[in-house]
Amino acid sequence: MNPLELYRVVRLIRRFEERAIELVRSGEIVGGIHPYIGQEAIAAGVCGALRTDDIITSTHRGHGHVLAKGADPVRMMAELAGRVTGLNKGRGGSMHAADFGLGIFGANGIVGAGGAIAAGAAWARRYQGGDQVAVSFFGDGAVSQGVLLEAFNLAGLWNVPVIFVCENNGYATTMPVEGGVAGTILGRGEAFGMPSVQVDGMDPAVVYEAAAEAVARARAGEGPSLIECMTYRFDAHHTFEHKARLNYRSEEELATGRSRDPLDIAGARLSTEDREAADAAIEELLAEAVRFACASPKPDPADAMDHLYATGLRARTGASA
Amino acid sequence: MPRLSYLKALNRCLGDEMARDENVVVMGEDIGVGVAGVTTGMLDRYGARRVIDMPLSEQAFTSFATGAAMAGLRPVIEFQIPSLLFLTFEQIANQAHKFALMTGGQTSVPVTYLVPGSGSRTGWAGQHSDHPYGLFAHVGVKTLVPATPSDAYGLFASAIRDDDPVVIFAPAGALGVRADVDYADLQPVPIGVGTVHRPGTDVTVVAIGHLVQTALAVAEELASEVSIEVFDPRSVYPFDWEGLAASVARTGRLVVVDDSNRSCGIGAEILATAAEEMRLAAPPKRVTRPDGAVLPFALELDQAVQPSKDQLVTAIRAVMKS
Ligand SMILES: Cc1ncc(C[n+]2csc(CCOP(=O)(O)OP(=O)(O)O)c2C)c(N)n1
Ligand SMILES: [Mg+2]
Repeated sequence: MNPLELYRVVRLIRRFEERAIELVRSGEIVGGIHPYIGQEAIAAGVCGALRTDDIITSTHRGHGHVLAKGADPVRMMAELAGRVTGLNKGRGGSMHAADFGLGIFGANGIVGAGGAIAAGAAWARRYQGGDQVAVSFFGDGAVSQGVLLEAFNLAGLWNVPVIFVCENNGYATTMPVEGGVAGTILGRGEAFGMPSVQVDGMDPAVVYEAAAEAVARARAGEGPSLIECMTYRFDAHHTFEHKARLNYRSEEELATGRSRDPLDIAGARLSTEDREAADAAIEELLAEAVRFACASPKPDPADAMDHLYATGLRARTGASA
Repeated sequence: MPRLSYLKALNRCLGDEMARDENVVVMGEDIGVGVAGVTTGMLDRYGARRVIDMPLSEQAFTSFATGAAMAGLRPVIEFQIPSLLFLTFEQIANQAHKFALMTGGQTSVPVTYLVPGSGSRTGWAGQHSDHPYGLFAHVGVKTLVPATPSDAYGLFASAIRDDDPVVIFAPAGALGVRADVDYADLQPVPIGVGTVHRPGTDVTVVAIGHLVQTALAVAEELASEVSIEVFDPRSVYPFDWEGLAASVARTGRLVVVDDSNRSCGIGAEILATAAEEMRLAAPPKRVTRPDGAVLPFALELDQAVQPSKDQLVTAIRAVMKS
């Protein structure tokens, strides 16, 4: 994979998140976000190994996955700002951003919920005669969810072309991995017969290599894989933490964790000119994203229950006339 | 008198109950650090043996608490978000709730499930904004929705001391409510007993949780036009039918404001029981979420789906006309 392209995606996600945090602070984005900062190499590397018609499911910390899979950052920013021009018409926000045209089956507010959905979607493509694969991203916290392990079992049983990508950032909110996970994460994959590898999640090229191998296997009908990407969350669990100081990571730990930055790792492989040109283009794109998001119309409250049913069934309102 | 917030009242109650009874232990996610605010300070006071930070295994730890309860403990579970009740519905509705009857009364399951921050959290969208107290009332699990700091304290205490499973919903919209309280007055509040927050003679407004404040504001605003009695059931199951009947006997008119879905919500049950058993001078009305509501993300839409002050005013005026 072209180092410039990997860098571009890492940089886009980093700056997107930084601009989004500004909009959280200014109140344009309500409800806050779970910043992906520090983990960008994983989304960039994995999605770099996918085709447009492959499928992903994402998490509460989903902006990076959605962007790396190709969603328009402009419409993504509008979604976070709750505008009708957003990916989900302002109905989903940060935790539900989706673009089905690009195989993005949605961020998800429930930890561990995406694994079985990805497996089912991958299985359906195979049923339909396609060679697409699906990727489910999830955190280290999600490996404690029953439904995820049940999905591992189904995928293993039926050779489903799904790749389970665990982003081990050391914590589930404030719970360290050592406090929440008995045995190992890789051991969970191995127990269900899946090839399972642990890789450096800070280097997009390394992630890409591992993902490409797993994707090739899945496409060839050789079944599911688990990739555990070791990473670190540089920012808050959620932006609420910017106000509420929660003491669970020491300053020393934070400094060490942030010392290997995917942006530097990917950037070091480029010429200065290439890097500067990529940065400038991203700045311009994100300036447009913020401008567009803030200028776009807000939804009409009368339409609040639109899209509730695929058939157009209208729900009774909550107040009688 | 000290000013106590609703959240601090829950925190204070938990500390007091843990001091009172060694068998009370608390389980949940991020409770050591105290992300939700209910368990703040508990780890320092009671240690990791009684304040147990859980991995993201809600289904397991919910039934883990059931097992511990049947073995003699009184676990309190803090659920970080309301939708975890959907995830653990089997463990609560089909396990914890059923053991007493199925075993012919051999056992009991004294677990308290606390949801601090139920209902809309302002911009947390579809999967984090449910307020499913009606669901538990329907199943018959004891279900409490305190509205004030002292009721939060008192109902939480009663829940912990109760021998059955009890779900207690602390609405996101109520967590910041503050009141002057004398700490000596903080006592268990009996389950199944409602309260009249404001007496009136023309219409009874039944309000639940954070909507009690809305109803009180409306009662004040309309004071020159109509005399509103604000009745807060506090427990939605078991429900204080006698208290409601006494109020309706005074006013003859009834409006319910209920932040749940319309079909089969507790508002529907209140209207049905009133129609069957009480004398009403006018058809009753309810203000609820729409049928099958999923809260959309954008703030304008999120708010449009929740019962509003304006809708309540309209409903009150409508029952006064007929
Ligand atoms: C099933 C479930 N339990 C709890 C929560 C609340 N919650 C949201 S994110 C989170 C931590 C998730 O940790 P991890 O899977 O490691 O992902 P990370 O946040 O580190 O990216 C928790 C507890 C939830 N959304 N869903
Ligand atoms: Mg994590």
